[in-house]
Amino acid sequence: MWRISPKCPFSGSSRIAAVRGFRPLLLGFALAPFSCAAAGAAPLEYLTGAGEKAGPVVALTWGVIVISLSVILVITALLVGGICKNSPRAVVVGEKSAIGPDEGGHKWLWIGVGVSSLVLLFTVVWTMVVLADIQAPASRPSVTIEVTGRQWWWQAHYVSGEGRDFTTANEIHIPTGEIVRLKLLGGDVIHSFWVPRLAGKMDAIPGQINETWIEAAKPGIYQGQCTEYCGVEHAKMLFRVVAQSPADFRAWWAHQLAAPVSANGRQAFVENCGRCHTMRGTRATGTLGPDLSHLMARQTIASGVLPNNPRTIAAWIANPQAFKPGTLMPAVKLSDSDRAGITAFLLAQD
Amino acid sequence: MTSTEYERRPLIGTEAPALAERLHRLWETAPGLYGWLATVDHKDIGLRYIITAFAFLILGGVEALVFRLQLSWSNLHLLTPEQYDQLFTVHGMTMIFLYAGPVLSGFSNYLWPLLLGARDMALPRLNALSYWVYLCAGLVLYSGFALGFGPDVGWFNYVPLAARAYNDGPNIDVYALGMVLLGISTTVGSINFVVTFLRMRCPGMSINRVPILVWGTLTASAANIFAIPAVSLAFLLLWMDRNIGTHFFDATAGGSALLWQHLFWMFGHPWVYAIVLPAMGMVSDGLPVFCRRPLVGYSVVALATVATMVLGFGVWVHHMFATGLPGVSLSFFSAASIIIALPSAVGVFAWLATIWTGRPVFTAAFMFFASFILLFTIGGVSGYMTGSVPVDWQLTDTYFIVAHLHYVLIGINVFPVVGATYFWFPKFTGRLMDERLGRWNFWTMFAGFNLGFFPMHISGLMGMPRRIYTYGDGMGWNWLNLITTLGSFLFGLGVLLFVWNVMKSWKSGAKAGDNPWDAPTLEWATPSPPPSYNFMVIPTVGSRHPLWEDRLARPAKVEKSFIARGLTLEHGREALGTTPLDAEPNVILKMPDDTLIPLCLALAMTVLTIGLARVNWLVVGLGALLIAAAIIAWLWPSTVLGETAEAGRDG
Repeated sequence: MWRISPKCPFSGSSRIAAVRGFRPLLLGFALAPFSCAAAGAAPLEYLTGAGEKAGPVVALTWGVIVISLSVILVITALLVGGICKNSPRAVVVGEKSAIGPDEGGHKWLWIGVGVSSLVLLFTVVWTMVVLADIQAPASRPSVTIEVTGRQWWWQAHYVSGEGRDFTTANEIHIPTGEIVRLKLLGGDVIHSFWVPRLAGKMDAIPGQINETWIEAAKPGIYQGQCTEYCGVEHAKMLFRVVAQSPADFRAWWAHQLAAPVSANGRQAFVENCGRCHTMRGTRATGTLGPDLSHLMARQTIASGVLPNNPRTIAAWIANPQAFKPGTLMPAVKLSDSDRAGITAFLLAQD
Repeated sequence: MTSTEYERRPLIGTEAPALAERLHRLWETAPGLYGWLATVDHKDIGLRYIITAFAFLILGGVEALVFRLQLSWSNLHLLTPEQYDQLFTVHGMTMIFLYAGPVLSGFSNYLWPLLLGARDMALPRLNALSYWVYLCAGLVLYSGFALGFGPDVGWFNYVPLAARAYNDGPNIDVYALGMVLLGISTTVGSINFVVTFLRMRCPGMSINRVPILVWGTLTASAANIFAIPAVSLAFLLLWMDRNIGTHFFDATAGGSALLWQHLFWMFGHPWVYAIVLPAMGMVSDGLPVFCRRPLVGYSVVALATVATMVLGFGVWVHHMFATGLPGVSLSFFSAASIIIALPSAVGVFAWLATIWTGRPVFTAAFMFFASFILLFTIGGVSGYMTGSVPVDWQLTDTYFIVAHLHYVLIGINVFPVVGATYFWFPKFTGRLMDERLGRWNFWTMFAGFNLGFFPMHISGLMGMPRRIYTYGDGMGWNWLNLITTLGSFLFGLGVLLFVWNVMKSWKSGAKAGDNPWDAPTLEWATPSPPPSYNFMVIPTVGSRHPLWEDRLARPAKVEKSFIARGLTLEHGREALGTTPLDAEPNVILKMPDDTLIPLCLALAMTVLTIGLARVNWLVVGLGALLIAAAIIAWLWPSTVLGETAEAGRDG
């Protein structure tokens, strides 16, 4: 019934993806050089990076993958060689046979352990270099976003320091080529913020603020997902980072500050939804659920589970549990006119 | 003991039917239900451990196969999210706590006294207690799952998700206290291994002559004694947070969520080594038998075992790289986590060298041991990758980690354990396992395992997070997951073949004789299965390979082992205590008779545990009284054990 564009992970035609799914498999086995097509087939892969922070890590990741595969190949060759060197013999149960002397073979230890030490030392040094490189950004951050993980969605609060703050959810816009500082907080339990193509994970933990940063070189949509198990709907706690040119980003910010579009249903929205949701510029100021200001400017709803369109919004309001069993949003009992009004009001908020 | 009344010059004798008869009467457990419940024989206890652990392995495996079905394609809904969460949590709990550790305790319990030339473990009643508490803890931990409220926040049980505010059923209380109970079992078992190592080695078995399995279990046991208090404390504090209003882990009231992670992983990482080092020891002892030569680099391998564990205490933070710790500590723990690969490399090259310089004999046991080297390498290099912090920030909490930990636990625990079963089964039962079936068993397990688990590395690199009950289409994970599911069913079939082989061979396998593999160590000098007293006379060893001495070219200075002639010690159940380093005879140990007290104490502890889990103070009080009664009965001075003045006068 909910046939939606294939961009959204939890719906769409499985046949298309089935064909696509081969690509990462072949990719992984064949170690083919990476193309952007790979990223399209597996939006959460991290073997191709897309920014200043991802670059050195991608190189290091490939480095340790190549070292690891080489070690596996060498050990396999040595193992198979050792077994095949002598034609294998069957055991004669209970019979005494010749025993080789307790000598020789120590060269294996010295060479094997010696080479291993060099490889490990090299890895430690490379790790430290990359770690120092990405711990802090090269330039000062131009944007600060406070991201709070909640069961099971993400709140993003943009900090301006000039009274131009605002809050949004599940879709984080950033300007390309600029450093974005993230302050991560666990709003209830521990979550983990992960946008693989931009940076590694950082946990969002209650009671502490973890600072990290991201940067995207090119405009695009970078998918993210919570990666610390956080309860029944952990699997459906997706989000996305939208990288835009700095001009587009600033325009988007300005648009976020605009007052809500008035439409029929405003009253019904405030009365029925306002205890949990905020719509800036109305009396709906609840903070239990995502801030819905300018909802229609977002690509998805329900933390990345459904694409954002009139049909999915109506369906979600009617029965959230059908899409995300266990979500904290109840199926609110609404009269037909209220339901229509609320939907219309939300659809007007672009 | 200074009083001369306690001194006696023990007799030296040779093996004789009359002596066997007398020892049999002293040591044999009474038949019937009483004997079954009261036995303190390490061989009975060891086999019980192994069988119970395998029962848990099968349970955990079935749980995994159920949720693998759910994951085999995107958007499947065979299980509700709640069912999925309980299944993956109970699967982890079962495999890590109820299978992997206990199965090794089982092998070591059975084998240690035989390997060391002793008549029993140093503390037989504690040994029985350790098993009964393990069984009770296993049942407590499973009771919640069976009644529909199993633990559901992952086996490492992070707070605040495990706190009352986010999980208000009895699920976590049962899990927390079951884990404390299990910790008691592991702790007393570990103490027993350490004391046995220090005091029960037969004369001549200086510490550089003990088999590597002994080093592995000793190291694991010593580590457990230090590591388990951290996790038992953590679970107790969590129970207090949940039930009596403390706030240790509650960040909203000044507690710390990360405190849990530190306490858990300070235990958790040493535990990982505790559940692999003894298995690596099995390979170090078993593989050379099938290469027809002693292990290359015995001393280095023994030292590497200990070194792994020492370093293993300094790497727990690599489970927490993404928690926002300062750079200095990340660097330290990252370097330690990479360098810990070195002692493992020692093992790998020692085993390879043993194969290259030996003449391999193809048995099922050899195939499991040899393939272990490859699986260990794969699990090792994936671990090395996660040691590198920037890489780990990507890998952690994805299927790459799931692949890694299964290569570690299945590759380094299950494969050696199955190999060890093929190797020692003749000793346990007097019968050989079917070799033909063994080959089928090996290839099914090996193919199924790699088919199922290798693709998980790639799913992880493609970004699939752990612990998701489903995933959307278009993520690129469909085919990888389908292959993983098929592989895990094939692996399950391999395990079934193994179980079938065990049952069939136990009933009708070919007779094995004392030493079917022509192996060098002391356990093979006893009949198969060994008598209740293990050795008719206490052996004296002169080398690491007492049964190969006649054929092993050796320096002229090496002493000779005596197996058929030695101390008879037949005034009651007696064992020989020796000095800790050189194993010189030192004292006659009076060993306890069979008794129900360990079982009673274990049951009393279980009553207390259930009372605390349900916060029923009446049951708690009852449990405490029963525990006190059982301990008093246990410690009541006994004449037979030489604990009363009368014993001295009569002696």
